[in-house]
Amino acid sequence: MSTQNALSLSGVTKNFGKAEIIRGVDLDIRENERHVIIGPNGAGKSTLFNLISGRMDVTAGEIKLFGNSISGMSPHKVNRMGLSRSFQVTNLFPNMTTLQNLKCALLWDMKHRYAFWKLVNRQHAVTEKAEQLMEQLNLVHRRDVPAGLLTYAEQRALEIGTTIGSGAKVLLLDEPTAGMSRTEADEVVELIRQVTRDCTLVMVEHDLGVVFNLADRISVLVYGEVIACDTPEAVRANAAVQEAYLGTEVH
Amino acid sequence: MSTVQEERLAAQAGGGAQIWVRQLWPWVVAAILAILAPTVFSSGHDIHMLSSMGIMVVFALSYNMLLGNTGLLSFGHAVYFGLGAYIAMHALRYTNDAVLDGTGYGIPIELIPLIGGIAGLGFGIIFGAVSTRRAGVVFAMISLGIVGLVEASSLAFTGFFGGEAGLFGDREDVNSLFGIEYSRSISVYYLVVAWAFIAAVAMFVLRKTPLGWMANAVRDNPERAQFVGYNTQMVRFLQFCLSAFFAGIAGGLFVLVEEIVTDEAVGFLLSGEVLLAAYIGGIGFFLGPVIGAILVVYLESNLSAISDAWLLYFGVLFIGVVMFAPMGLVGIAFQQWMNFRSGGWRGTLLARGYCTAAALVALLGFICIVEMSYHYLRSWNPSQPMTLFITDVNVTTATPWLISIAIFAAGLGALLFHAKPMLRRAADTAGGQQ
Amino acid sequence: MLETIVFSLLNGLLYGMLLFMLSSGLTLIFGMMGVLNFAHASFYMLGAYFAYTMGLYTGFWVALFLAPILVGALGALVERWGLRHVHQHGHVPELLFTFGLAYVIEELVRLFYGTIPMDYRMPDSLNFPLFSLFGTNYPAFRVFVLVIAVLMFIGLFILLKKTRAGLIIQGSLSRPDMVSALGHNVPQVFMWVFAFGTALAALGGVVGGIHFVTEPGMAFMMGPIVFVVVVLGGLGSIPGALIASMIIGILQTFVLSVDFSIAHIGLWFGYAVPPDHFFATLFYLDSTRIAPVLPFLILVLTLIFRPRGIMGKREA
Ligand SMILES: Nc1ncnc2c1ncn2[C@@H]1O[C@H](COP(=O)(O)OP(=O)(O)O)[C@@H](O)[C@H]1O
Ligand SMILES: [Mg+2]
Repeated sequence: MSTQNALSLSGVTKNFGKAEIIRGVDLDIRENERHVIIGPNGAGKSTLFNLISGRMDVTAGEIKLFGNSISGMSPHKVNRMGLSRSFQVTNLFPNMTTLQNLKCALLWDMKHRYAFWKLVNRQHAVTEKAEQLMEQLNLVHRRDVPAGLLTYAEQRALEIGTTIGSGAKVLLLDEPTAGMSRTEADEVVELIRQVTRDCTLVMVEHDLGVVFNLADRISVLVYGEVIACDTPEAVRANAAVQEAYLGTEVH
Repeated sequence: MSTVQEERLAAQAGGGAQIWVRQLWPWVVAAILAILAPTVFSSGHDIHMLSSMGIMVVFALSYNMLLGNTGLLSFGHAVYFGLGAYIAMHALRYTNDAVLDGTGYGIPIELIPLIGGIAGLGFGIIFGAVSTRRAGVVFAMISLGIVGLVEASSLAFTGFFGGEAGLFGDREDVNSLFGIEYSRSISVYYLVVAWAFIAAVAMFVLRKTPLGWMANAVRDNPERAQFVGYNTQMVRFLQFCLSAFFAGIAGGLFVLVEEIVTDEAVGFLLSGEVLLAAYIGGIGFFLGPVIGAILVVYLESNLSAISDAWLLYFGVLFIGVVMFAPMGLVGIAFQQWMNFRSGGWRGTLLARGYCTAAALVALLGFICIVEMSYHYLRSWNPSQPMTLFITDVNVTTATPWLISIAIFAAGLGALLFHAKPMLRRAADTAGGQQ
Repeated sequence: MLETIVFSLLNGLLYGMLLFMLSSGLTLIFGMMGVLNFAHASFYMLGAYFAYTMGLYTGFWVALFLAPILVGALGALVERWGLRHVHQHGHVPELLFTFGLAYVIEELVRLFYGTIPMDYRMPDSLNFPLFSLFGTNYPAFRVFVLVIAVLMFIGLFILLKKTRAGLIIQGSLSRPDMVSALGHNVPQVFMWVFAFGTALAALGGVVGGIHFVTEPGMAFMMGPIVFVVVVLGGLGSIPGALIASMIIGILQTFVLSVDFSIAHIGLWFGYAVPPDHFFATLFYLDSTRIAPVLPFLILVLTLIFRPRGIMGKREA
């Protein structure tokens, strides 16, 4: 495992009005590691993702992606620098089919950009890649169904597919298995393990089984602060964590 | 039809050759219709109407690149049509002068619409840069401001716009690439048809390019579009510029057909008209604005001769579409067609016929009331008999009013309280049997 | 010179007050319902025509009260049977509905009244010069319009600040989603606000129809300007609407009444563009010709550089 930092947050703070939601987070995420963030509901995990991905501006502090500052950058620029994210609440193009959603996720990365002189459906490389992804996601039979009509679990899978499809170097997945049955969740975790073999993963997850199984390192976020960041074993043994999180009600 | 639906139909149809046939035949039919139309509509007035339809089709399609494809509601699309027309007019006048003086060749008449398009593109770049940074209401209001700005300026800058009288040119003192005389209006009609086809095909194909896809994406979920790497402002801006280009082509064609441009070409009214045309036809379908444009021009050039109330009918039609059929006329037809194909008409045919008949009766009553009102309130001598469809009536007596109101009430009553429930029941039983 | 300035100021104030009568209702409706009512100026026109017709039977003073109430009732009907229905389809159909409504209202007015201007005049009781300035008489009617507008502003202020209904409206101006949370019947609140807003526009029409002309084009004349005022003032802000009305009213009047062009400045510095120069049109352009361009320029610039306007809390 390389020791270069893929993402590094220093003193990141976010206020909504007077409410301090993220209070000075320092966090280094190494290249190619699988990093899971856990914490109670309302701790600010999704907000942290929003800050990293450019959906929201930080109030203070700096975020670096492979050494380049990305705080205050607009989402599409962050994305183009190799960071891709999924949403806790499914966020797709509801009128487009499964295949079309995947193609949309691939277009920019495969250098088609704003082209208006070529047809999407003639770009066989895009189609191939999208179909390959569809196979990985087990969605082949739903190829031509609009995303809005897919089942919840299928939408979640597609959400992950659009996130990982473009071959980003850093992936942020926000509760990818939330609301899934045991078997569905296992499949998704297996998929995540596969596609993150050579990229960096930052993931929010509530299911501790999944967490300890998948994570190289775990960060614990409570009330906008990282109270622990270590290997699964160390976190499990950490008294503060046990008190603040593991020992009490688990979400 | 939205891209998704087309794709799905194409997927159902299967094989490659079949897709091509499925996609090509509407174009072939349209081309045949356009070419044969002047044999049916052959008077001078009719040919002029056909040319106007061609222009409006291009204009409405270009409008729908914004509203339908990108979700941008513009109240000022005539700016690009009109400014394109003015620049094209200057090109035409320059050519007229060159040919009359014998000093030069000028610009071939067939290429003048292209000049309009380039001008539209240029102004699209300028105004698009300031207006497409936002979508939604802000965009709509900026478009309103820009059209006001340009219309008001057109009267201030008389040198370029020709003031109230506008600018004239003629299509006789020009050169043609193919040696065609365009003094006859039928020749110009075919030029319009040729350009309209080029533009329509281009706009159709544009929807299938990466930019066209992302325009839909930005319309439906701008946030997600950003997170797959797209700058939503840029997508809107590019769509806007391309749309302005095609609007400019329509403006250039307008110059060749009318041989005059006035400030109306850049104004509020034309901007509103193209919005009405696209929306009435159906903004979710490629064919929608085409049908809408043809209908609007047809009503405008025929209904206005038959009835003083045509603008009222027009407004009521528009409100009706907005309230009861937001997918437009083509949307209704498509829905009924899908319903028919899936067997939804089985067992309900009678009720459907009854619904339609009741609606038509109500419409008849409504038209009678409106026409009589116009006669009563607007003519010099209301007691003079007026021709209403087949009979002459005296609107100062009560009888025709009572009859008209009775027709209207009977139609509407039957539709709402008898025919519609009947259709619902019929649909339920038919559905139950399946 | 002083004379011109004083009169321009007075007339600008008057025009601004008329604009305020229209824009306060529009800004209320937008702020609460999110509907940019294209037909707002049409209700202003209806106010003028109704007052004219009623005035023939009841006299001006009764019509002054009745016409706005009648138009308000009409507004309620439009909201109840039209807008509410399209509301479910989203904001664009709402906007388009009011757009079509403006078309239909104008046509109906043409149908009932024809295209020629109405002979709608001020009542004799107001037809006298109130005072004279620089030897020119200032008509009492104009002062009356000012008084009506000021009363309206005070009335609105009290309504919004001191009554329960006002508190609901105010609350929902800043947080429309909160109204239903507080257990109010949102559709009914919308209907009342729409009725109230259109009635305010009609009141503007009752006096505006006399001050300007009462003809079918009057809605189209006013419509865009009212939008400019509402955007400049900040959507949903009544004080903003007042300030913006004054700015636009006075600016428009000044530009129209002073004879001015860039050439004047140029000549001060002893510089002139030759008449056949490319920029000559711009250089010699008379300010009276710039006047109609000005509001739209302000609209576009506001939306680009400050979409929330002068006093708006939320962006458009
Ligand atoms: N846009 C926002 N405005 C105000 N408060 C917000 C906003 N987004 C999130 N919050 C608040 O921030 C806190 C953290 O939310 P979130 O990041 O979604 O938590 P988590 O994902 O850890 O469950 C919550 O209390 C939430 O109410
Ligand atoms: Mg969360």
